[in-house]
Amino acid sequence: METTNPIPALDYETVIGLEVHAQLRTRSKMYCSCSSDYANAPPNTHVCPVCLGMPGVLPNINRQAVEYAMMTAQALNCSISQYTKFDRKNYPYPDLMKGYQISQYDQPVGLGGWLNIEVNQKIKRIGITRVHQEEDVAKLLHRDEGGMAYSLVDVNRSGVPLMEIVSEPDMRSAEEARAYLVKLHSILRYLGVSTANMEEGSFRCDANISIRPRGTDKLLAKVEVKNMNSFRAVFRALEYEGERQRKVLSQGGRLAQETRGWVEPEGKTVSQRSKEFAHDYRYFPEPDLPPITPSSAWVENVRAMLPELPEARFNRFVSQFGLPVYDANLLTENRETAEYYELLVSSDPEVSPKEISNWLVGAAAGILNTSGCDIIDFGRRVNPQNFTALVKLVSKAVINSGTGKVVLEEMFDSGKTAQTIINEKGLGQISDTSELETAAFEVIRDNPQAVADFKAGKAQAVKFMVGQLMRLSKGRANPNMASEIITRKLGEL
Amino acid sequence: MKLSREEVLHIAALAKLGMTEDDIHHFGGQLSNILENFEVLKGVDTEGIQPTAQANSVCNVMRDDVIAPSLSQEEVLANAPKRDGEFFRIRPVME
Ligand SMILES: [Zn+2]
Repeated sequence: METTNPIPALDYETVIGLEVHAQLRTRSKMYCSCSSDYANAPPNTHVCPVCLGMPGVLPNINRQAVEYAMMTAQALNCSISQYTKFDRKNYPYPDLMKGYQISQYDQPVGLGGWLNIEVNQKIKRIGITRVHQEEDVAKLLHRDEGGMAYSLVDVNRSGVPLMEIVSEPDMRSAEEARAYLVKLHSILRYLGVSTANMEEGSFRCDANISIRPRGTDKLLAKVEVKNMNSFRAVFRALEYEGERQRKVLSQGGRLAQETRGWVEPEGKTVSQRSKEFAHDYRYFPEPDLPPITPSSAWVENVRAMLPELPEARFNRFVSQFGLPVYDANLLTENRETAEYYELLVSSDPEVSPKEISNWLVGAAAGILNTSGCDIIDFGRRVNPQNFTALVKLVSKAVINSGTGKVVLEEMFDSGKTAQTIINEKGLGQISDTSELETAAFEVIRDNPQAVADFKAGKAQAVKFMVGQLMRLSKGRANPNMASEIITRKLGEL
Repeated sequence: MKLSREEVLHIAALAKLGMTEDDIHHFGGQLSNILENFEVLKGVDTEGIQPTAQANSVCNVMRDDVIAPSLSQEEVLANAPKRDGEFFRIRPVME
């Protein structure tokens, strides 16, 4: 069936802003002293009258949580409010024990910051609107028993400290949104303020996305997209949603301001039943919590606690170690990898930092991928000195790099040193001339056709015979020497 | 300032309160009276005065990040209208 002529597609640009909720890594909850370790406890055991929402209780602010939010705000170049207060955000939902969430409305911890992202070799600054303090909600489990649906409530997560980071609508593509998220995630991990695990829900992202004719600042309907549980999901959902909105308009339709959920298996967003009244939050100042007026001494103390952040570390890796941008990016994306790399480099100044980088982003990354281990596990099994020693053995041609990879795998499996493995398995590279001469003799004797080809002027024949020699030595021959000896012997024929 | 019937129902819905016709009249009238009083307050000149979020002047009350014992699971679930093993059981909630 032919469709009628669509309205000619205008050139639209996508406008995206992101809201990130990150759980803070405190021991206790935001407004009470229950343990915030909700995941590893039996249901409803980390609960007190405050986080249960009983009447007549008095919440009490966790100083560490405020400090983490201040730290984040400063890392994101926000200014720290000299007066910050808490507000009640009212909405009725069974996961919210009090019927309201203690959040921050008009005077958040931090305001007006930014972070840099890099897309297509271009640096772009993305504005941060605000960083504010919040609390998590209880966990609902949905059950269906023979057609009878019901829900179960576990209150352990209720009151776990959250921080919300709101960006300006500065992103123009799904790629930019992903880059922002990766960068923000990396910063939070560097700061150590959050476990920031997207799959486990300690780092959650909602997006506001709209399109508008390029070059205008016309506001079209803004769609909020939820349920994106990985970086990949955020990218795919926003790609999809931008396309969907263009399609609706090109077919003469109208865009609705709505909330849509990303459905991962189907690869699409679907409209969520709008809870119309739910958006009437009726914010008002929390009467049970006094405001906070951070002293300049406290603010400066927190600033002094900031570790080197990914961007600074990236720049240092480029200037101090002479690494290419590609390597420096991979090595600094997460703090643990960067720290392991620095341990490697400092364990032997004779080994080139670039050489070490090649091994870490190459062979070691391969082992992480296939084993599912993270860099911390890897570092426990392969201590920095041993790793660097291996790199040195390869650069000194004691073993070739193919053997080196095998040795690294064995080091990872057994925890043995490279030298031990090489000795045990007899893997040392053959640089002994007489041994190589004998092997070259055999290769020339057994391959008369190749010799004939060589004499007929085919340079390929030398390569072939070097290959045969490598095979004969089970890959242990020093390839440069092998090539030299074969060439010489052929010349003498 | 007289609240409309729709406004009264909206506020009731937010508070999850069921309202009879009589209630709508009764509470609608009371709420309207309260709002009228605020209209009077609105007449006061507040130019140049900082909004007040707190009635007392206490500031910066915070606690250290230290865990204290929680209630027992039995105590937590003691007042549950409906209990299911280790959980509160409630009507189905749509995601
Ligand atoms: Zn509690």
